Amino acid sequence: MALKGLDIFKLTPKKNCKECGSPTCMAFSMKVASGAVSIDKCPHMSAEALATLSESTAPLMKTITVGAGSNEHKLGGETVLFRHEKTLVNRNLYAVTLCSCMDDAEIDAKIEQIKKVDYERIGEREYVEFLFLNYAGNGAEKYVALVNKAMAADRALVLNCSDADVAKAALDVCKAAKPILNGANAENLDAMNAVATAAGVTLGVTGEGISGIYDNIKALEAKGNKNLIIDCTGKTAKETFANAVQVRRSNLKDQERTLGYPSIVNLAAIAEGDLHMQTALASAFTLRYGSIIVMENMTYAEALALYGLRQNIFTDPQKPMKVEPGIYALNGADENSVCSLTVDFALTYFLVSGEYERSKCPVNLLITDASGMSVLTAWAAGKFSAGTIKKFFDEADIENKIKSRTLIIPGKVAVMKGEIEAKLPGWNVVVGPMEAVQLVKFIKDFNA
Amino acid sequence: MAFTPKKQAFNAKINAVTLGTGDKSIVIGGENVLPFYTFDAPMANAPKIAVEISDKGLAGIVSPGILDFYAGCETVVDMAKKAETMEGVSAICLHFESADPNAENTSVEDCVALAKAVADAVEMPILVMGCKNIEKDAELFNAISDALQGKNILVLSAREENYKNVGASAGLAYNQKVGAESAVDINLAKQLNVLLSQLGVPAQSICMNVGSSAAGYGFEYLSSTLDRVKAAALAQNDAQLQMPIVTPISSETWGVKESMSPEEESPEWGPLDERGIEMEVCTASACLVGGSDMVIMKHPAAVATIAKFIDSLM
Repeated sequence: MALKGLDIFKLTPKKNCKECGSPTCMAFSMKVASGAVSIDKCPHMSAEALATLSESTAPLMKTITVGAGSNEHKLGGETVLFRHEKTLVNRNLYAVTLCSCMDDAEIDAKIEQIKKVDYERIGEREYVEFLFLNYAGNGAEKYVALVNKAMAADRALVLNCSDADVAKAALDVCKAAKPILNGANAENLDAMNAVATAAGVTLGVTGEGISGIYDNIKALEAKGNKNLIIDCTGKTAKETFANAVQVRRSNLKDQERTLGYPSIVNLAAIAEGDLHMQTALASAFTLRYGSIIVMENMTYAEALALYGLRQNIFTDPQKPMKVEPGIYALNGADENSVCSLTVDFALTYFLVSGEYERSKCPVNLLITDASGMSVLTAWAAGKFSAGTIKKFFDEADIENKIKSRTLIIPGKVAVMKGEIEAKLPGWNVVVGPMEAVQLVKFIKDFNA
Repeated sequence: MAFTPKKQAFNAKINAVTLGTGDKSIVIGGENVLPFYTFDAPMANAPKIAVEISDKGLAGIVSPGILDFYAGCETVVDMAKKAETMEGVSAICLHFESADPNAENTSVEDCVALAKAVADAVEMPILVMGCKNIEKDAELFNAISDALQGKNILVLSAREENYKNVGASAGLAYNQKVGAESAVDINLAKQLNVLLSQLGVPAQSICMNVGSSAAGYGFEYLSSTLDRVKAAALAQNDAQLQMPIVTPISSETWGVKESMSPEEESPEWGPLDERGIEMEVCTASACLVGGSDMVIMKHPAAVATIAKFIDSLM
């Protein structure tokens, strides 16, 4: 049970010594109750009180760290079921399958293909984070060979192998890379647990339905293993969805700590061969509680849609997405092309640049720092004014970089035209349309 | 003892709204659980797919897959008939793009004639989507609702600026279904439903379009609006938010550069058709999981996939 601030307050020394960083014991207790600070910040708690409290104030869902070096990733650690309730913390990650049944050439070709999708979208690297290595039952030698190849691909690994001996052989060569060992079930629980704990890696556990999953986690936790991830994959999409939702909801809403681990959903298993269906399911599991989503493939077409969706869903509602201020030359614009000015709110940037690209007219899109606010919001907050624009022009050295002296401003801030002209002598300030969707027609007419 | 998760079926439910008439009529909404949470309680009705057809026919369509599907169709009526055969479709959405006074400005009479011709040719329920011009849409919806009396169509949409006209004509005088459109904000969505109700439009005649966007393009606002609307409707039993949600997908996804940029311009992206399909599939799926009771789509491959997706989760 989560404790209320008052319950915690009763256990504090009530001295208001401020050593915890909070002004009073009451303030400290409230922060602990909300999960903002950890109880051990108070140096005066009795050991007994600490033990009771740290158990019940620990986060409901654990954060599991897997992979090593530049391939280290954090999973889980969520505190809410829906992003509007607070924010989602760790975005879901993607894995693509490889199999010990594939020959060397096939493996190399698929790794090459996986590596091709690797690009940046609003300050975030978008790529396949994990290789998901299926063991086809054809002997440890084949599997270790696959693992060795995968190790060279510079990605985090998931070993999908429920044969404990083969898993041990594989871990002997790759445990330093901190892979996930996925494949514990009711039959092999003890053996898999021994192999995973000996190698110090996260163990993926599954079970027959939600109660089977629960029993297996209980058994593993009883042996002291709390470095787990839950494989929610069932026989069908429906079963998998039910597992993923019920695991997360029982954990965060009904406070069932046993289910407080991140999840794996294997779409390559439940929608084998149907790439479009895998996209549909990946999209659903992005919203409903997949931590690692396993795909048979990640084409550019899938990536553009799925990574865009993920970036949207995992933005913090309290912090807007921003793009870098600067000059964005669109459609082959050069120093003589007309300039168009807007704010650094990512959505504004995407809509405006998208419309200009559709117009095929060369435009220098100038993005000014407006703290990530939209045009009218930024204007109202004083973050998008003749003054900030002048400052941006100076800092980015626009006058020397661009010869054109035509500047299109958003129609919504037409009122700033005069002030901008005063601050930027020599520039012809033109008022653009109210909405981005009217830009194609506007710029074509303007150039005509 | 075996672990049993707590169930979360609600006492409140989404209104069930019937569209169309006869054998091909459909019911959307009616559920008392979150989308696809069938482990809590069965979903009363599976979400539906409408296929969007422009009054401009195939003009402006860049997708080879869509062009192939309608190959041989000479008129919009031909296309509508063909669309009925698309796997997974249960309604036809006629989009009067060319009515826009800033574009072709097709007259109301011509639009009505087309709507009538399509309605005579198909059996599935009809959705009518306007051109987004407030005055023209009000005029258009009024005339089409009149001409198609008895067909039980859904007009998309009444907005804050023209809800009185659209509500009074489509909703009251001609007894059609009214779509209430607001821009990704739960309060605006509720306000418009309240206004339409005060006008006298029965709750069972209202559907909501709470906004639309493509995945990657501010979709978080839509997603959170869907989550919040469903939570208010079901957990808090807010009767003014219990209207089923109809979300246009294709009109957004086929307008972004991921779907439109020709392969020559970004060869590493691969074939245009594939990108368009994935954008449509990804966006539709995310809307359905969020709470859309009906999605409006275009590409036959995307429609088939989403139909299969719905089936597999029901």
